[in-house]
Amino acid sequence: MSETQESPKTHKDYASDQEVRWCPGCGDNSILIALRKSMAEMNKKTESLVFVSGIGCAARFPYYMNSYGFHTIHGRGAAIATGVKLSNPDLSVWLATGDGDSLAIGGNHFIHILRRNVNVNVLLFNNEIYGLTKGQFSPTSPLGKKSKSSPQGTIDRPFNPSSLALGAGATFFARAVDTLPKQMTQIFVDAEQHIGTSLVEILQNCNIFNDKCFADITGKEVKDDHQLWLEHGAPMIFGADKNKGLKLKGFELEVVTIGENGVTENDVLIHDAENQSPVLHQLLASMRPPEFPMALGVIRKAKTITYDQLIEDQLAASKKNPVHGNVNELLFSGETWEI
Amino acid sequence: MPSHNIAELEHVVIKFAGDSGDGMQLTGTQFTDTSALLGNDIATFPDFPAEIRAPQGTLAGVSGFQVHIGKIKIYTPGDAADVLVAMNPAALKTNLAMVKPAGTIILNTNSFGKKEYERAHYESNPIEDGTLKGYNVVEAPISSLTRDALQGSGLDGKSIARCKNMFALGMVYWLFSRPLEQTERFIEAKFKENELLIEGNKKVLRVGYNYAETIEALSSSYTILPAKLDAGVYRNIMGNEATAWGFLAASERSGRPLFLGSYPITPASNILHELSKHKHFGVKVMQAEDEIAAVCIAIGASFGGSLGITTTSGPGLALKSEAIGLAMIAELPLVVVNVQRGGPSTGLPTKTEQADLLQALYGRNGESPVVVIAASTPSNCFDYAYQASKIALEHMTPVILLTDGYLANGSEPWKIKKTEQLSDIDPPILDKDEKDWYPYIRDQETLVRHWALPGIENLEHRIGGLEKDFITGNVSYDPENHERMCRVREDKVQKIADVIPELQVEGSDGGELLVVGWGGTYGALANAVDRLTTSGKSVSLAQFNYIKPLPKNTADVFSRFKTIVVCELNLGQFSKYLRSTLPQFKYEEYHKIQGMPFTVAELCTHFEKILTK
Repeated sequence: MSETQESPKTHKDYASDQEVRWCPGCGDNSILIALRKSMAEMNKKTESLVFVSGIGCAARFPYYMNSYGFHTIHGRGAAIATGVKLSNPDLSVWLATGDGDSLAIGGNHFIHILRRNVNVNVLLFNNEIYGLTKGQFSPTSPLGKKSKSSPQGTIDRPFNPSSLALGAGATFFARAVDTLPKQMTQIFVDAEQHIGTSLVEILQNCNIFNDKCFADITGKEVKDDHQLWLEHGAPMIFGADKNKGLKLKGFELEVVTIGENGVTENDVLIHDAENQSPVLHQLLASMRPPEFPMALGVIRKAKTITYDQLIEDQLAASKKNPVHGNVNELLFSGETWEI
Repeated sequence: MPSHNIAELEHVVIKFAGDSGDGMQLTGTQFTDTSALLGNDIATFPDFPAEIRAPQGTLAGVSGFQVHIGKIKIYTPGDAADVLVAMNPAALKTNLAMVKPAGTIILNTNSFGKKEYERAHYESNPIEDGTLKGYNVVEAPISSLTRDALQGSGLDGKSIARCKNMFALGMVYWLFSRPLEQTERFIEAKFKENELLIEGNKKVLRVGYNYAETIEALSSSYTILPAKLDAGVYRNIMGNEATAWGFLAASERSGRPLFLGSYPITPASNILHELSKHKHFGVKVMQAEDEIAAVCIAIGASFGGSLGITTTSGPGLALKSEAIGLAMIAELPLVVVNVQRGGPSTGLPTKTEQADLLQALYGRNGESPVVVIAASTPSNCFDYAYQASKIALEHMTPVILLTDGYLANGSEPWKIKKTEQLSDIDPPILDKDEKDWYPYIRDQETLVRHWALPGIENLEHRIGGLEKDFITGNVSYDPENHERMCRVREDKVQKIADVIPELQVEGSDGGELLVVGWGGTYGALANAVDRLTTSGKSVSLAQFNYIKPLPKNTADVFSRFKTIVVCELNLGQFSKYLRSTLPQFKYEEYHKIQGMPFTVAELCTHFEKILTK
């Protein structure tokens, strides 16, 4: 195997021997390919990779990767991934999860991994539906969504995953689209390169139970006007004619057209993904068509010390001045007497 | 040399009781440590309220510390007290029933005003109204004498008031001929930043000692000579501390880093606190967001190559059930400590009970066998924490270690074991040159699979909670394979009976009555059996530490007795388990479910009744 480690890898090197069993046409298939490509691009060693998952369609992900993998229980993948990473910080740990797994049953672990900033990459497959249990609404389904468990339409107000994540202190938040593999691959590379919890929300179409749920973003006719690809340091410009931009108006964003009403390119906001303040990132990530374009790409990438680093620092500090050299010294410490 | 009489006692039980803020736990611990240094055998039992600071002087706010010291072997903290120190009327009221007839009661009379005794629901002053008739009552104005002693000391009123526990301790030290040096050293270390507090506390301790010598109420003092313990170096140790140290020893001996995922819960939190102090051993401790995260983090750490441990109490075990099932089917090492407390639901968080046994054995979905073991004394929590880790690591299985609130907070002298005296721990870790390997290939003898640690080349593999193929570990829905896997997982746990020690019987090997217990009831049961044996009765004790699997000779032991009585602090959980596992025997049962340990007296009465049937 050592020869292959040295020669450049292709995405096929990251495929396990297991047959991929997602539905034909499911967005998960393209996410898998894009992820393998990102691994090849970084020439990752397969033994250094651990894919962890909870339960749901997305959670089958680890079986399809030629790496270490652990398919666990519903909602708890974030906690298990935390344990794996802290146990061996040299590993590259990835969590494949969905909107039900992370935002409903696993909500607590989701917010806490972000709060702690454990260096784990979280891939949130958001299809706004429960697929594996065959079509119930999820915490991201829009209000009024009709599903098997909501025949009259949901009365649950949905979560915006980005607001939840940024509110919980996420240091990295990016958004990708399952039908745009090239950008997705790059976002996965960016996620891996960020030191801290990297959350990638992937807008993923479930062609069986929630087909075209992101058509207002991905549709051919609307995509240019409804997608804003953010790039750190670049102006926030979008639209078929590249003449639309975003501007702050008070505490809110507004869409402006360059060349109209005296607006020039200089009036358009420049994206600063690295800003420690999440305020503008929140505004950007919360946008949704038709009023606004959907923000895509790396929305936030703020340097913050990780939990794994802090735990290692405390260990190193304690080892520098050990209270006891070994366990025997501990056992015989304090008040003892001999008989 | 003292001029008064010093009488020799075989053993004595003292209970210190006062308001939560009166420092009774510290007072009791000091008496314990001093007696330990004198070579007495000891058992202690702290008894504190769930409220951190209940309203002052109320019954709910009484905090107590019971200590039993002896020249003879001490099994339990004692059924009843020879001496009660009651710092206020509430402490008197909640503890009077457990004072022996004609026992000594030392009272802080300054706290027996009308307001105070009414707050403790006494209608009149119990010192004056005959409530204490028949007891040897020592009326000591502890608060005012403490105040007088520290007048002009430079300490403020609040600090002076807080010294009064040292006065009480000084009195008891005189009563039982204990030297003050150990506590003086303790005071110097505790208040090393504050000379005034050192001087104040030391002074009050001595004033209390001198006061006891002077007053006529205590006409003689007592001494308890050293116990005949095996030669060796001893220390005093609490159950939770012993549990934590057992894990440290297991980590050191196995070479696997210790990783604790835990969520605070009474009475288990002390294990979390203790392990948090030992990062210099490479211990990683994580206080998780909830009980489920705590066990999942530990499982993730095990997958990553650590000794993954989680610590909890009953309600927390319920929350962890699904994750324990995952560790079981994935066949990863995991130790789950359940420091049992009174249930159900929130129950009696600060009290003891043994009612989580069936939850530990069966409380998971599907066929989900795990190893269940139980510690039986505060100090052997060390041994069973070590054993739990050894079994988990060597047999790739979750192990539930049951202790309880009584063991966790109780203490006793422990003949310190050196780590090199402990058996080796040899986890089945694969190395990278392994050929033709699959995740679920098993050792033919033990049925244990290998542990392939992430990061090692050529061992990449996927495991999970779905049923897996018998060899490859790939997801399998094959009906026959599922049955085969369910059976092999059960067999794997049963095979552990080959490596655990046989059941030991205390007393004769056969006879009239076999008392059967498990876990933390050992002290009371052994004491009762010892007492009856001494009076010529045919009674023996079999105390179980290994519950699943049972020791191999269990049926053999049971078959040699006419009657078996299973005693436990629940409504009959172990007897249910025995009845289903070894149905050929008839089991009598004795239960108690009051949040309190068995008393030796109630056990003796019951066993005598069985014997005369």
